[in-house]
Amino acid sequence: MCLAIPGCILSTTGDDFSRSARVDFGGVIREVNLAFTPEAHIGDYILVHVGIAIATIDEEEAARVLAALASLNELAAESS
Amino acid sequence: MKHVDEYRAAETVASLADAIARATTQPWIIMEICGGQTHAIMRYGLDQILPKEITLIHGPGCPVCVTPDAYIDKALEIAATPGVIFCSFGDMLRVPGSQGDLLGVKARGGDVRIVYSPLDAVEIARSNPSREVVFFAIGFETTAPANAMAAYTAKREGLCNFSLLVSQVLVPPAMEALLSAPDTRVQGFLAAGHVCTVMGTEAYGPIAMRFDLPIVVTGFEPVDILAGVLACVRALEEGLHDVLNMYGRTVKSQGNAAARALIDEVFEVTEREWRGLGVLPASGLALRSTYAAFDAEARFGPARDIRAAPSPCISGEILRGVCSPLECAAFGASCTPDHPLGVTMVSSEGACAAYYRYRDPTDEVGVVFVHE
Ligand code: SF4
Repeated sequence: MCLAIPGCILSTTGDDFSRSARVDFGGVIREVNLAFTPEAHIGDYILVHVGIAIATIDEEEAARVLAALASLNELAAESS
Repeated sequence: MKHVDEYRAAETVASLADAIARATTQPWIIMEICGGQTHAIMRYGLDQILPKEITLIHGPGCPVCVTPDAYIDKALEIAATPGVIFCSFGDMLRVPGSQGDLLGVKARGGDVRIVYSPLDAVEIARSNPSREVVFFAIGFETTAPANAMAAYTAKREGLCNFSLLVSQVLVPPAMEALLSAPDTRVQGFLAAGHVCTVMGTEAYGPIAMRFDLPIVVTGFEPVDILAGVLACVRALEEGLHDVLNMYGRTVKSQGNAAARALIDEVFEVTEREWRGLGVLPASGLALRSTYAAFDAEARFGPARDIRAAPSPCISGEILRGVCSPLECAAFGASCTPDHPLGVTMVSSEGACAAYYRYRDPTDEVGVVFVHE
């Protein structure tokens, strides 16, 4: 029910509460409302729940966590 | 798909499982609040790659499951009213009320429609001006912005034929209720990532402090969940009662400001009944008086509790995390997804449905990774 999935903005149209985007979810394109993510632009990844974007994915933070996970993988490889 | 695949990588899953095993020196019981996480844990067999000291118990985080009978019965009554188009998320259609379910109303000729978004229900109201269109606005904080936008849009456009049957609940008060129960087993929480995406993490500090336990915000992919378990185990081992955010790519401490502002414009905090937990103060949202014209309960009468017939279903205990689905005598026997006796078997996010789908109760070892 709280399912939300990331997708990439292809184009945007409208403004304020009617601002919306065509969003690519791994090949499936859907229309998404952008009222709550005024900062999101073409090329950004947004998190979408029931047709509405609830967050713009923070790429820096994602990269930071993935780097930490990569060093965990290295650690595991060394100790095995 | 970026922001999905990297969180399903088998290598990372394995090294996280390893790190959790190394961090664990004693038994710990961790509850994941969100039904979406319960589903992912079962689907990927994550509980089975954890050290045996770590027990994951499943929380009340399935909005379909916690919606009380009174609202299911009200939905059935409204949906059966001539002239009404009743719109709902698909999961609600098979939830049994005291007089059948919405699917039954539809089979008897009621105009019950499954919508993907509350905004689709608004669109149905626009294109059917002579019909009453009612949307079943259930959900946690995650869904509150969309439900608020439906009400806001209807008001702005003066859509007099649209209303919402609101059973909207808030997670932090339910966590407090679970922790206050004398039989609670919870020692650490995995908080619901998308609830926090909307609302932020500020509400959890006082809970962690008061009940002296760690609360870790996590996402929904296997790597997210295991990273959350690792952070939670490390905090438990060190005796910390912090709020940790392991889902920073979407969760900020203040949440989504624009979404919170609209929720606040449309809804006010109120007491709500939760299946399994009873009536909890300040645990839900109701339409503000400025939106009373869009309240289905004002239009069709208030939801009232009709005493249901006795049932073998222990979904209340399951939603509180005090019983496992395997402890229910009906599980897999008289209760299956095709013939569900209770909500936790109906909803794909309910613990009973997740166990039924992904776990063979006769198989002690189980499957480590289940692929579709
Ligand atoms: S298995 Fe069915 S009857 Fe038993 S608790 Fe779950 S939903 Fe209720």
